[in-house]
Amino acid sequence: MTTILSKEDFIIVKEQDVVPFRNKVKEAAVKIGMGILNQTKLITAASELVRNLLKYGGGGMVIIESVNNGRENGIRLIFADKGPGIADVSLAMKDGYSTGKSLGLGLPGTKRLVNEFDIQSTVGMGTTVTIIKWKNG
Amino acid sequence: MNTNKTVKILKEKKETILELWTTKQKAEDSYFNTDDQKEDSEDFATSFLDALSDATIEDQNSRGYDKVHEVLMGISVSRAKRGFSPRETGSYLFSFKEALLEVLSNEIEDPSILYKESLKISKIIDNMAILTFEGYIKGREDVIARQTDEITEISTPVIRVWDGVVALPIIGTLDSARTQVVMENLLQQIVETGSTIAILDISGVPAVDSLVAQHLIKTVSATRLLGAECIISGIRPEIAQIVVHLGIDLSNIITKSTLASALQTAFNMLKLEVNKKKVTYTNS
Amino acid sequence: MERIPILKMGDFLLVTIQVDLYDQLAENLETDLVNSVKKHNSKGVLIDISSVSIIDSFMGRILGNIGIMSRIMGAQSVIVGMQPAVAMTLVELGLTLTGVSTALNVEKGMELLRSKILLSEGQSDDYDNDTE
Repeated sequence: MTTILSKEDFIIVKEQDVVPFRNKVKEAAVKIGMGILNQTKLITAASELVRNLLKYGGGGMVIIESVNNGRENGIRLIFADKGPGIADVSLAMKDGYSTGKSLGLGLPGTKRLVNEFDIQSTVGMGTTVTIIKWKNG
Repeated sequence: MNTNKTVKILKEKKETILELWTTKQKAEDSYFNTDDQKEDSEDFATSFLDALSDATIEDQNSRGYDKVHEVLMGISVSRAKRGFSPRETGSYLFSFKEALLEVLSNEIEDPSILYKESLKISKIIDNMAILTFEGYIKGREDVIARQTDEITEISTPVIRVWDGVVALPIIGTLDSARTQVVMENLLQQIVETGSTIAILDISGVPAVDSLVAQHLIKTVSATRLLGAECIISGIRPEIAQIVVHLGIDLSNIITKSTLASALQTAFNMLKLEVNKKKVTYTNS
Repeated sequence: MERIPILKMGDFLLVTIQVDLYDQLAENLETDLVNSVKKHNSKGVLIDISSVSIIDSFMGRILGNIGIMSRIMGAQSVIVGMQPAVAMTLVELGLTLTGVSTALNVEKGMELLRSKILLSEGQSDDYDNDTE
């Protein structure tokens, strides 16, 4: 069972929103006492996903939550856009695949940085990515 | 005011119960002597008798026992940590039940009432026995968790073997959690000591499979990102065989069979030379 | 517009990144740096990232680009002072910055630059210190 301890919304519409957003994530991670390495992994993952949000989704909303799974606290981030969506999610999760001009390690690389990773996408409707990083994960 | 006879009897006979219980505990446990054990027993008996009332005696799950449960949980956890056996921990509570029942049988003459009342007490105590069991297990788990942490801590010492060279002997299986600790320690030490060469000795790693190799490669990559070189030593013949058979590519990594030859390589990279001292005899 | 200062020290260019880079800032740095290499005919570029707490794939690509661009223009480049947590995150992300030279600190970075320049001027020798 995952319980939500606190919750905050963040609207991302332009590139300048990225750094304040990362700071917000860092703040939340520091608040639950997350170590420096896991903080770095979480913020890097958040940075990757927020770039995707801007690049492919044309901006969107991120929900930053402190959660508890009964054993420890963690940070959950939900990235939601109303972009074109991803036709083949499993293909997008493959190492080395990319439609943009990035290095193609966005999604699978990001997945390796966090403890839980979930992606839901509907063509024409948008994409929602949810990640969780546990305090000692 | 409580009207239930059993509740009344037990509350009145608190001293007798405690005395009986202590005797029983002594019989069970040859080490029973310490004052804190007596104190524990008194605490527990007091909170138990305080909680006992007309209402609570009829319902073993009553919230009225919360305080008792708390005390009992604390005692069980601490007993587990101090190394008491499960039998000792269990009989602690059961000898309390025996004391209660003995007092009751002395005071209540009608067998059918005695039976009914004894059953109620049994139910309450049995419910608490489950809690004792849980508390004991929790105590043991705490011990195990602490030991695991300790093992992780001790087993990753970073040794400064030369100016600019650090070595890290890995002992035991390398899983991803361990790799993270090893990597963090190693990189931190590299930065702190300003070392340009790190030697990772895997003589103490029982088996190398593709996952372990993956962890090693990651460690080497991270070391290089910092601007240091990483040498892996302690490659035993069977490890070399496994690595080749599994098709693991270690060609980008400097590997050596012994820590000594890794150190020699480090010296070469640092352009250092180790010479035997020339002993000259002079007439004085 | 905000820009990251590029210092000239003899044959070298020195860049200290003190803030978390956002995209425009990073792209400006890339452009400014190659222009400076040309303007001063620099032989080496040293980038200090010891204050950078986050490097994602975009930033990693910029750093890689700077390395390659400098080399094409005949200058050596080295990145110094990466934080351990950043290095571990990059490795996990799958970004090992192939082709970028790294050093522990500015001092060691300078040493590495000098030896790389000596080697490239002495040609023939194909020894290099690149991370692979």
